[in-house]
Amino acid sequence: MVKDYVKKPKVMAKDVNLYYGDFHALKGITLSMEENTVVALIGPSGCGKSTFLRCFNRMNDLIPSTRITGYVMVDGKDINDRSMNVDELRKNIGMVFQKPNPFPKSIFENVAYGLRVNGVKEAKFIEERVERSLKQSALWEEVKDKLKKSAFELSGGQQQRLCIARALAIEPSVLLMDEPASALDPISTAKIEELIYELKNQYTIIIVTHNMQQAGRVSDKTAFFYMGELIECDDTKTMFTNPKHTRTQNYITGRFG
Amino acid sequence: MMDSGKIHRRKQASQNFVFTLFTLMSASIVLVLFVILGFIVIRGLPAISWDFLTKMPEDGMTKGGIYPAIIGTFCLMLGSMIFAFPIGIMSGIYVHEYTKDGILKRFMKAMTNNLAGIPSIVFGLFGMSLFVNDLHFGDSILAGSLTLGLLVLPVVIRTTEESLKAIDNSFRVGSYALGATKLQTIRKVVLPMSLPNIITGLILSIGRISGETAPILFTVAAYFLPKLPHSIFDQVMALPYHLYVISTSGTNIVESRKMAYGTALVLVLIVLILNLLANVLRRYFGKKVKMN
Repeated sequence: MVKDYVKKPKVMAKDVNLYYGDFHALKGITLSMEENTVVALIGPSGCGKSTFLRCFNRMNDLIPSTRITGYVMVDGKDINDRSMNVDELRKNIGMVFQKPNPFPKSIFENVAYGLRVNGVKEAKFIEERVERSLKQSALWEEVKDKLKKSAFELSGGQQQRLCIARALAIEPSVLLMDEPASALDPISTAKIEELIYELKNQYTIIIVTHNMQQAGRVSDKTAFFYMGELIECDDTKTMFTNPKHTRTQNYITGRFG
Repeated sequence: MMDSGKIHRRKQASQNFVFTLFTLMSASIVLVLFVILGFIVIRGLPAISWDFLTKMPEDGMTKGGIYPAIIGTFCLMLGSMIFAFPIGIMSGIYVHEYTKDGILKRFMKAMTNNLAGIPSIVFGLFGMSLFVNDLHFGDSILAGSLTLGLLVLPVVIRTTEESLKAIDNSFRVGSYALGATKLQTIRKVVLPMSLPNIITGLILSIGRISGETAPILFTVAAYFLPKLPHSIFDQVMALPYHLYVISTSGTNIVESRKMAYGTALVLVLIVLILNLLANVLRRYFGKKVKMN
């Protein structure tokens, strides 16, 4: 890879401030991400990394008395602009949550859900897309004979991969992952990480994680948050071997947090 | 140092005492229920026959059956359902899913609670003055159903609200994250999940409607009307009012006592069957929602 080739940023935050009521949760965050990279957001609990993640699909809108200033750009468009349709935005920005949250529907319907709510009716198309998404999320082999079964019958790790398939089915260009493996066992975690590595070729991925090794394994860039501020963001290798700030170093080496 | 053996024994004793007390209290409740049911079944069963269920009352309501009262009660149940369920469910969804936490939501909740606290006789009075007199519905199924509907509305709203509250927010958020609108999320994820609970609550509320006397007193119930209604503007007899009439002001109270116990049994059976139905439906829907 040519290092100094400057790509147009896929996702960009510029001077983002976010308030929950009086609480200043994000303080002037500026960060940009290139296409097809994985960025890990790390930091102690309550540092604002999940809040920052939710800025990119405007999930913070769902939390009462939230106020945001600054710019969050996806593909060069300000997503907080009045002209932005938030449903369209969320179709383009997939999200995977900390706890697997499949719908109480069949495995097939879970993956098809995003297509259906976005107006896709053609049965053949939906079938193909469901199969493709389940293959992408490395779940197909395990569920292909029981697509009509309830998603609740799957294990936690399988459910999380189902949720990833569900997000992939509507072909987003960015994938947000909020500690996607924190509720899973080590084997499932390894599978999810492998998956992230595969998905990087087609998606821009932002992942929040508490697991330093995980950040080191899956990400190209790492951003360290502390008390609502972005302390430092650099190539993951640099961050882990030669961080600029002592606070970053302390956190990464496990001396605090 | 304290004697630890003594403390242990004392702790154990108070533990046993409270546990026994709670057990006795729970047992007494079950006992009371069985006594009431047994009483009604033993007294009422001899009166029950096919004729009793399908014939008009005869001889000053001392003989014959309670057919028109059964039909009347079903008419009122159906009428109030048609009125209260759509409005109540929609309000419940509005309050829980659409209003943000704040003055409006608290106001709505307070109003719902106040409505639920109003004595049913007041609803009867209100129904009479509004539906019967001002709107000229007269004593009619329509007026009675509307009155009963009003009475049960807060129950429906609260049932809906509680059922929606039980749905974990992660399902909503998961749906929004896929680009679903609020309406789609409610229709395709939230409502199907809460449906079993809503339906159960609604059926139980119908049970309550079937036994209400005060609201129908001035709005629909007929003292003696040995024919079936032809339209929603007709009066009907109804089981609870019929029970009241033949126990307190019939032509021959002693003679009609047997009929009264029979009527009570029918009323209780209707409620029991509704409760059973609620259970069956909840199980059925619970399965269906998961498999869907």
